[in-house]
Amino acid sequence: MSKHINFLGKRQFAAIFSGLLLIVAILSLATQGLKLGIDFTGGTLVEIGYKKAVDLKLMRSALEKSGFDDATVQHFGTAQEVLIRLKPKEGKSNAELSTEVAAAAEGAMSEQGDLRRVEFVGPQVGDELTEDGGLALLYSMFGILLYVAWRFEYKFALGSVAALAHDVLITLGFFSVLQLEFDLTVLAAILAVIGYSLNDTIVVYDRIRENFRLLRKGSSEEVMNTSLNQTLSRTMMTSLTTLLVLIALSLLGGEIIHNFAIALTVGVVIGTYSSIFVASPLVLALGVSKEDLMVTEVEVEGAEFEMTGAEPGNVDRMP
Amino acid sequence: MQNHFPFWKNLLILTVLVLGIVYSLPNLFGDDPSVQISSGNVADISETQLASIEKTLNSATINTKALELQGNKILVRFANTDEQMRAADLLRNHLGSQYTVALNLAPATPDWLRSFGAEPMYLGLDLRGGVHFLLEVDMAAALKQAEERYNNDIRSALRSAKIRYKSVAYDNGAVKVVLRNEKDKQAAIALVDNEFRKLDLKVDDSQPVLFLSITDQEIKEIKKFALAQNITTLRNRVNELGVSEPVIQQQGDNRIVVQLPGVQDTVQAKEILGTTATLEYRKVDTQHDVQNALNGRVPVGSKLYYERDTKAPVLLKRRVIITGDQIVDASSGLDQNGSASVNITLNGIGAKKMGKFTKDNIGQPMAVVFIEQKSITKIVNGKKVRRKEKIEEVISIATVRDAFSKRFQTTGLDSTQEARKLSLLLRAGALAAPVDIVEERTVGPSLGQDNIDKGIMSVMVGFVLVLIFMAIYYKTFGLIANLALTFNLVVIVAVLSMLQATLTLPGIAGIVLTVGMAVDANVLIFERIKEELANRNSPQTSIFVGYEKAFGTIFDANITTLLVALVLFGFGTGPIKGFAITLAIGILTSMFTAILGSRMVINWIYGNRRIEKLSI
Repeated sequence: MSKHINFLGKRQFAAIFSGLLLIVAILSLATQGLKLGIDFTGGTLVEIGYKKAVDLKLMRSALEKSGFDDATVQHFGTAQEVLIRLKPKEGKSNAELSTEVAAAAEGAMSEQGDLRRVEFVGPQVGDELTEDGGLALLYSMFGILLYVAWRFEYKFALGSVAALAHDVLITLGFFSVLQLEFDLTVLAAILAVIGYSLNDTIVVYDRIRENFRLLRKGSSEEVMNTSLNQTLSRTMMTSLTTLLVLIALSLLGGEIIHNFAIALTVGVVIGTYSSIFVASPLVLALGVSKEDLMVTEVEVEGAEFEMTGAEPGNVDRMP
Repeated sequence: MQNHFPFWKNLLILTVLVLGIVYSLPNLFGDDPSVQISSGNVADISETQLASIEKTLNSATINTKALELQGNKILVRFANTDEQMRAADLLRNHLGSQYTVALNLAPATPDWLRSFGAEPMYLGLDLRGGVHFLLEVDMAAALKQAEERYNNDIRSALRSAKIRYKSVAYDNGAVKVVLRNEKDKQAAIALVDNEFRKLDLKVDDSQPVLFLSITDQEIKEIKKFALAQNITTLRNRVNELGVSEPVIQQQGDNRIVVQLPGVQDTVQAKEILGTTATLEYRKVDTQHDVQNALNGRVPVGSKLYYERDTKAPVLLKRRVIITGDQIVDASSGLDQNGSASVNITLNGIGAKKMGKFTKDNIGQPMAVVFIEQKSITKIVNGKKVRRKEKIEEVISIATVRDAFSKRFQTTGLDSTQEARKLSLLLRAGALAAPVDIVEERTVGPSLGQDNIDKGIMSVMVGFVLVLIFMAIYYKTFGLIANLALTFNLVVIVAVLSMLQATLTLPGIAGIVLTVGMAVDANVLIFERIKEELANRNSPQTSIFVGYEKAFGTIFDANITTLLVALVLFGFGTGPIKGFAITLAIGILTSMFTAILGSRMVINWIYGNRRIEKLSI
């Protein structure tokens, strides 16, 4: 291997960098929180398309006249489209609300609008979605913890889950700092980020495990550095191809999944970074050693070890 | 023989490829605007009706592409939406109210593909446009109704058994019955044991007081009934809307999902879902002649009605015996003679009224009138005019054989289907637990089409970018990976079509993401091959070892992603589920295509021969 970058040697810088990002993310989440979409808060959302550009002031006053003082009106995608949001109202028959808003908004313009989307989420449904979303995050982390602990070793499991928490927090922080709307699709993206980042981490861990067994010499740090370098071009290639499609998705996929694509893009970048600079240094910090992996080798990895660890020259004789 | 697949492996891969192509093909043919005609009565849909519809359309010079008899519905395809609309209006007026005429987009899958059972993907509401409602049944109200019913029933049971009581009142989750003395208390206990087995009885030993509460089992039953009753009612309503593929499903213990693809008029949909039906039991007027009434001489105290199915006129007394909200339950079954019947249970007030009426009217016919508020949209002078109409129809006429009150049977029905239909209607008109809309998602048709266009565009662009990138970076091997990637996309679409899983916009995003991640397996393999080459291994050995070594990594990495997809599927609703499904399918298919598919091609190109250099 011609390239050899001392990744682990830079782990102090990485720790400072990650620490700063995390502090910003947590501070932002604690002070201004996420701009939750109606999926979580409950409320009403109406999207209407017109042929002409919409004057937002006119639309607002028309809505006020109909008694929707708390309506927020904004352009959506283009100036011809408006998005009207209402907070959940107590007592009011909810489903009728969306009908009334649509009617009031349609009256504001001289032309007949095209009712593109109406969403109403009752407060109780919103609460459930928030709860389910949180649970989904926890359960997937827990499932991963168990799987990695079983396939590798508990230090790796802790390292990978900590790296995932790092990715999730920073992506959430990104949405909080920029006050981008956080809806159900963004939650799905966050979960996909977990899947993706984990994918990256596992590939690196897999190499570390292999090298621990293969390379008789060298400290843990050296072995891990070698592994990171060996998997580097793969990590970069996969991140690049994934980012290519995500860019296509965020530019062409339309407004509705725009934030979804943004969340994934941020997550993939952070996930790639963390699989190199967070997941592996953490395992090192937890004090992983050759012996940790030698034990599991006998128990579950025996057969595979023969296969992957075989000298290249012997391979011809394999069936 | 190092890089050679056994025959069966090649055959397997090629079979999957062919199946993938066949089952993904229907998605290329688009849809035909069509009109779907159905009827509650199966006999109405026949070859004769088909021919008659064809004649009607021909005489109005509306061109049809095809007419098909599909089980209990007729599908008429048209070349464009203009003719479809005209035909739908014409047929609605022509066919009458027992038919439902629905606009539909029928997949234009050629017959030879349909003979394999190949169908295009099922598009979610966010792609095809439509309304999604989540309704919640107010279970607290349903339970309260039940409690009040028991309260009344206990009073009247005590009264008819001549047991005197001081008070019967609802008290802290139970009905408290205060009696006068110990003797009455014992009599009351016997009565409760006999008639109210579904209630939990607690006896106060020191004083003549009983506590009756609804058992947990009964609470479950009441909730189940309230839900089932609402679903039944919703089914009936939705049929009126003329939606081609409605979904009405239970979700959880107390919720109902209603999805109406293609419905654009949500105001109308909400109105129809929200209206309530009622029932009235009335005495048939046998003293006067129906013919006279038809000619306009309706006797005072009577009213002219029509039967629902036969449209035969019936003269009924104006005075109502009982109304639907006094019906507690109605179920179909068999009577002592083994013929179809409907068993009806009334509440206390209803039972009293019914008892009084039947005592004096043995041998007289009694009718059930079904009353509904329908909103009807008609085209008048080219404009849509909507108005509410009260529809009153007679759904059953039966002769009173006996004096009865609380429980009775309607017997002599023609078939068990008939009995089931009547019991459903009775339940629909019975006192229903109130329902709230707790979630609504409407996507207009223009946005749906936009979403499809944008989704396909981003898949295509992302796909092409990856293809170019791979070809430049990995040369020949990159092209092979591209073949595998294309193969993967075909198989994903085929699997989605075969499963008829719902494709949503996030689902498309899932496909896009899989395209990006699917190359990962190939990247892992190719990087390994490069490493092996750098270790001075022969090209053949490098290929072999590269695949072997990468496999474990690919497997571990994909299993964990699959784990996340499963969690997403378990916790997500609608659109998120769609994302999870495509992600999971994409992971599985990519493992097949990227590992086996690419290997097959590499074996064909490089296997079994001497090579100096790999183009990687």
